[in-house]
Amino acid sequence: MSKPTSGGDIVLAGVTKRFVTPTGQAMTAIRDVNLKIGAGKFCAIVGPTGCGKSTTLTLTSGLDTPSAGTVHVGGRQVDGITPGVGFVFQHDALLPWKPVIANVALGPQLRGASKTEARAQAREWLATVGLSGFEEHYPHQLSGGMRKRVQLAATLINNPSLLMMDEPFSALDVQTRAIMTNELMRLWEQSRPSVMFVTHDLEEAIAIADQVVVMTVGPATVKDVFEIDLPRPRGQIQDIRFDARFLELYKMIWTSLREEVERSYAMAAARKAGDK
Amino acid sequence: MSGAQEIDVAKLARMRAARYRKLVLAGRVGTLVFIVGAWQLLTDYKIIDPFFAGSPLGIIERLADWFTHGTAYGSFWYQIWVTMEESLLGFFAGVTAGVFFGVLLGEIPLLSDILTPYIKVVNALPRIVLGSIFVIWLGLGLPSKVMLAAVLVFFVVFFNAYQGVKSVDRNLVNHARILGASRLEVVWHVVVPSATSWIIASLHVALGFSIIGAIVGEFLGAQHGLGLVIATAQNNFDTDGVFGAMLIIGIIAISAEGLMAMAEKRLLAWRPARASENEAGGI
Ligand SMILES: Nc1ncnc2c1ncn2[C@@H]1O[C@H](COP(=O)(O)OP(=O)(O)OP(=O)(O)O)[C@@H](O)[C@H]1O
Ligand SMILES: [Mg+2]
Repeated sequence: MSKPTSGGDIVLAGVTKRFVTPTGQAMTAIRDVNLKIGAGKFCAIVGPTGCGKSTTLTLTSGLDTPSAGTVHVGGRQVDGITPGVGFVFQHDALLPWKPVIANVALGPQLRGASKTEARAQAREWLATVGLSGFEEHYPHQLSGGMRKRVQLAATLINNPSLLMMDEPFSALDVQTRAIMTNELMRLWEQSRPSVMFVTHDLEEAIAIADQVVVMTVGPATVKDVFEIDLPRPRGQIQDIRFDARFLELYKMIWTSLREEVERSYAMAAARKAGDK
Repeated sequence: MSGAQEIDVAKLARMRAARYRKLVLAGRVGTLVFIVGAWQLLTDYKIIDPFFAGSPLGIIERLADWFTHGTAYGSFWYQIWVTMEESLLGFFAGVTAGVFFGVLLGEIPLLSDILTPYIKVVNALPRIVLGSIFVIWLGLGLPSKVMLAAVLVFFVVFFNAYQGVKSVDRNLVNHARILGASRLEVVWHVVVPSATSWIIASLHVALGFSIIGAIVGEFLGAQHGLGLVIATAQNNFDTDGVFGAMLIIGIIAISAEGLMAMAEKRLLAWRPARASENEAGGI
């Protein structure tokens, strides 16, 4: 594995993104998002479904450009794919025609590693995510959770200094999820990339992050930012849930988040009523 | 308790499947025997005119004669070879060009927007008439047939490749871009493989078209080939000859189809099950 890299800081200033919907109307996904994430910090993002969390990550990674506002990573304005970025997508993004090993080896190969070198690295990473012996399987021959782990390996193998994770563990069962989270924390401590981690699981967010961002209902903007001052290393995330400070933070953030979730449901209900 | 029962159930199902397969096979052979037999008998008793309808035995005799004594323009094997050569060359040329331009236009929307009306016009033409132009341009030899076959093949493959490129999963493209793929690498690692199932679906139609192109090209003017054999038989009112050559073409087409099914299986080994892609067609 290559040398540890530490990520730059992430600064979103007045970021707005509008999409043109299939019906031809403009819709605002996020509006005026201002967010600062320190270099090497772990930032969890929570918010009601459909509010614009994935969009925020897409803009930070440079896959798409904001309609207004700017994104800076490590002092450089994002323009095209941000260097050193890794992205674990919310939806399956493995190439279905490549066996698992080739999928994981793709990253290093695209960055100029020889095929044997890339495969050796890929084998190590598959072992890390507990999938040794599945090298020659095709993605469709794996379970959803296994595919997610391959995805993780395929991203982390590039040793990203900036890591976008969009609900990476949502397809995993509770036990695997705990193992993967602990593994992720271990890897993060080693190379300290700056991380944006979207999740619907507030416990998970608080247990792993330095900072939890609550977003409003769509078009989303940043509602609250909570610094998580639990000391590191935090140990097993299963245990920290009973920490007094953890519970305190949980209550605070949940109060903030619940409002938005409830508004989101109210809006959905109103839309439904309007449709009738 | 259930172990033995399960084995029985599985065995029964297997036996039933085997019996069904035998029934299908018997039905097929029966159908063939019935049609060929009826054809032979009806012509033997002059209920239908053997001059117009030919007859199975007549066809066999004609083919045997061709294989042993050759045709007016060389051995029969050579005629078969010429037609196959033209079809294959046309097939590969058409597929290569079709995939190349399909991917190119699929990847560069500006280019496809500019060229779309012209492609539609050319596609709407009955392209088979281009054969006459090609014979004028390229002469009676192999190139004019290859060209016609290639043109017929091109459009089928082109439209499917284009559609395939257009329906690539953006998520996969994004994934490759994040991993550090350049535009060309995205095309190579994501776009082309993902369009492959579309392209392959078009190859079945394309294969048929390549044979049609070669044969029609030979009709229009040639010195060798099965198309010429058929044209000559037609001029001599040799019904058995026309049917005989048709039979040979059918056998060639079916063998080629079989080879292609094998290639397809290899190329699409990664797929969980058969997906049904649309096929763009039309001569
Ligand atoms: N390419 C696009 N074209 C049009 N609208 C889009 C596009 N991408 C996202 N949107 C819209 O932007 C809004 C925010 O989407 P986004 O995927 O960022 O939500 P999210 O917060 O990640 O939701 P979830 O938690 O369900 O994943 C949604 O209303 C969605 O319909
Ligand atoms: Mg999302």
